[in-house]
Amino acid sequence: MENIEQRVKKIVAEQLGVPETDVKNESSFVNDLGADSLDTVELVMALEEEFECEIPDEEAEKITTVQQAIDYVSGHLSK
Amino acid sequence: MYSRIAGTGSYLPERILSNAELATRVDTSDEWIASRTGIRQRHIAADGQTTSDMALIAANRAIEAAGIDKSEIDLIIVATTTPDNVFPSTACILQDKLELHGFPAFDVQAVCAGFIYALATADNFVKGGSAKCALVIGAETLSNITDWNDRGTCILFGDGAGAVVLKASEEPGILQTRLHADGRYRHILKTEGRMKAGGLDGSPYIYMEGNAVFKFAVRALADVAEETLAAAGMQQSQVDWLVPHQANLRIIESTAKHLGLPMDQVIVTVDKHGNTSAASIPLALDEGVRSGRIQRGQTLLLEGIGGGFAWGSALLKY
Repeated sequence: MENIEQRVKKIVAEQLGVPETDVKNESSFVNDLGADSLDTVELVMALEEEFECEIPDEEAEKITTVQQAIDYVSGHLSK
Repeated sequence: MYSRIAGTGSYLPERILSNAELATRVDTSDEWIASRTGIRQRHIAADGQTTSDMALIAANRAIEAAGIDKSEIDLIIVATTTPDNVFPSTACILQDKLELHGFPAFDVQAVCAGFIYALATADNFVKGGSAKCALVIGAETLSNITDWNDRGTCILFGDGAGAVVLKASEEPGILQTRLHADGRYRHILKTEGRMKAGGLDGSPYIYMEGNAVFKFAVRALADVAEETLAAAGMQQSQVDWLVPHQANLRIIESTAKHLGLPMDQVIVTVDKHGNTSAASIPLALDEGVRSGRIQRGQTLLLEGIGGGFAWGSALLKY
């Protein structure tokens, strides 16, 4: 089983259409990985589906980097 | 007894507003608009051209395509959020312009899901035996409620009308319709203004929280598509064409992906029409039919979602 960090990075790469090697912990979705606002919405939805959790809009707005996504998921994992 | 689409018609105003032209009015660009929405241009009604004017042209084209005499029509339902007047209904105005009278005519207000609501309503009238030949229209003059100084919304909307003639038939026909609404989400997409004391109370323009709308739309459309197919006992692979509400190419792509349908089985008009709310599905349907892509006997899945929130779908044999 892959760990949370690997699963998050895989989803980020898939959703944003970038190589997994470009997805660093400190990468910003918008500034480093070329995401626009709808990409970030789709990314949050993909994370919700993968980890079977709900990320409220006000929390989702604070997730702007790969590390923040990993931290959020780690802290709110339902299983 | 089924209701079956006997003919389709549509109308787009002559005036085309390109992204490049919009970029001269607000801070935006063709690339920015196209990459986020898939929209390249939209049609805008002429000064004084109303929703019923456009509906009339679409209706006459659908009547001609159906090969019926207009005197056979015994029900008119118009889906619109931008009626000619507060009242009478645009359906009554259209009935008069068609020089018909006596039978029921009314408007349905479910914003971008309006055509699906109107089609489902007409289907029930026909199946219940109280109508035999219904004229179902989606028509909008969204340019009237678009804030042309708001770069977040003015890039999205356009004007137009689409129509279908729905006739009673022994062969299918509309197979399933599903309608939903959830008023808890009414604040993320709205035009609040109302007539009051001789003036306007509240904003006359479309307000939208784009990201929240996007997220809700993608989920709801995927769910209602699955629900509709399950109710009909059918599989995704049996759908020949998806004819979705044309709001945003990325919502359409996401819906198709969830359904496992390749984009070459999706009718896309959002690039040329923008979001025409209740008119978008019948406009796309007519384009699919007239371009020869949609053929008799094929299975179509229509679905739409909009303010309210209201959403729904119709599965049918064309």
